[in-house]
Amino acid sequence: MGKITFIENDQTVHVAEFEAGSSVRQIAVDNAIPGIDGDCGGECACGTCHVIVSEGWFSKTGTLGGEEEQMLSMTPERTSTSRLGCQVVLTDEMDGMTVHLPEFQM
Amino acid sequence: MPTLSRTFDDIQSRLINATSRVVPMHRQIQGLKFLIGGKKKAFGPRRPMPEFVEKPIPDVNTLALEDIDVSNPFLYRQGQWRPYFKRLRDEAPVHYQKNSPFGPFWSVTRFEDIMFVDKSHDLFSAEPQIILGDPPEGLSVEMFIAMDPPKHDVQRSSVQGVVAPKNLKEMEGLIRSRTGEVLDSLPQDKPFNWVPAVSKELTGRMLATLLDFPYEERHKLVEWSDRMAGAASATGGEFADEEAMFDDAADMAWSFSKLWRDKEARRAAGEEPGFDLISLLQSNDETKDLIDRPMEFIGNLTLLIVGGNDTTRNSMSGGLVAMNEFPEEFKKLKANPELIPNMVSEIIRWQTPLAYMRRIAKQDVELGGQTIKKGDRVVMWYASGNRDERKFDNPDQFIIDRKDARNHMSFGYGIHRCMGNRLAELQLRVLWEEILKRFDNIEVVEEPKRVQSNFVRGYSEVMVKLTPKGKEAG
Repeated sequence: MGKITFIENDQTVHVAEFEAGSSVRQIAVDNAIPGIDGDCGGECACGTCHVIVSEGWFSKTGTLGGEEEQMLSMTPERTSTSRLGCQVVLTDEMDGMTVHLPEFQM
Repeated sequence: MPTLSRTFDDIQSRLINATSRVVPMHRQIQGLKFLIGGKKKAFGPRRPMPEFVEKPIPDVNTLALEDIDVSNPFLYRQGQWRPYFKRLRDEAPVHYQKNSPFGPFWSVTRFEDIMFVDKSHDLFSAEPQIILGDPPEGLSVEMFIAMDPPKHDVQRSSVQGVVAPKNLKEMEGLIRSRTGEVLDSLPQDKPFNWVPAVSKELTGRMLATLLDFPYEERHKLVEWSDRMAGAASATGGEFADEEAMFDDAADMAWSFSKLWRDKEARRAAGEEPGFDLISLLQSNDETKDLIDRPMEFIGNLTLLIVGGNDTTRNSMSGGLVAMNEFPEEFKKLKANPELIPNMVSEIIRWQTPLAYMRRIAKQDVELGGQTIKKGDRVVMWYASGNRDERKFDNPDQFIIDRKDARNHMSFGYGIHRCMGNRLAELQLRVLWEEILKRFDNIEVVEEPKRVQSNFVRGYSEVMVKLTPKGKEAG
């Protein structure tokens, strides 16, 4: 069991618990975190579970896949630590991680 | 003679690009009209222009599976699309029709299979067209919706800023004031057609803003778009006069070239670039010389006007039709206006203003027990995926608080996902917020008239009568 913090664009903070093996998108949707849409159901096909991972945590989230890179490249708010929540599978190492949500999910 | 035609297209496209610096674009297109006319006389047309005459469509259960042809442009108008697609989903979810007026094609009709095709741009190409049939011969314009990576990525990224968050926030106030203005000008004492009065008017104004197009000429954008998307050879639409389409293209080329040159001059004189589409294209290294590639220039502008026209317009009309078919939902909405954002997604799911996108298999692909051969046309029927009972509970019901409404396929999935999705949602949300401020009821008083097309699922007439707020009987 770990904890992940979502910070909305207006700085509202949401803390959620997770079991290793779930995706960031799944935890966000299960906890009704505003600012994550996840329209395609976790297929890496819509880009609406975009999260910006805090600097120190980014390297722990694994590497971006080709499809993820392509979907993220269409998002104007993309940063160097952007990920799609559906492509980040949570591990115990990510306990305490903070992710920021963009203003819009495109 | 497909090979000969293809070569002809290539030569034609190169010739146009090479001469674009010395010959004005609209003159080039007019020249093309005569060239194609001559070519047709010499070689015959590539494929005869189909003629569509409306006949009653038979009950799907009287047909053999192989005779089911969902490319019929009257399927939606005659209300037959639901049983036709349901039968395909249940009995032949990956279905081959070998004799349609548009040539042979595969239909993919289940949500999950459509998602697979849409995501797999390595297996299925969006080139050269995303509509079932061919565009008028010689008018094979290039647009990024019908390009594969990497060219697609470059072109899309150069224009997507037009609907970026910063722009959307600036636009909301404008959209709200215009929506209010249009709603306040509607007749309150007699029935009127909602389509031109509201849906067309609001989308036309939006397009003019996105392109920074002369406001008083905005009707042109709507008319061009209607005729491009309504070509008989492409979508089974009502426009069969190919010559008129060349005239339109020339007219468009002239207007857009002028707009482009004006902006260039204003910028050279020190004016700050705006956030309109043409300014964005001019600001990007990859597209700043787009005007020298006329078929691409026209293609991408056409894409943006068609993309923002039929879609939003028919969702604006479709929402009203849905509320009248499901009046309990309108009561629910009035009691719970916070449902508007979810309702907007549900309207877009229920209406599915564009029925499909087309792909071409890049290699043999096994799907649903069938082998799709390299080179075959594959149609992803979003309109069917959005009514797939394997994905949505009671899919034919319009339910404004449906939990998974956002999962609809109307925007497509993968790299070609609709670029204007957030703008479309914004326009619809504002429309319904402003409607609720003003009216207790909007009653559809006659059966709506639907357009002839296998692509656009839209309305030409929705006659309504308004009940202003506070005047409801009882």
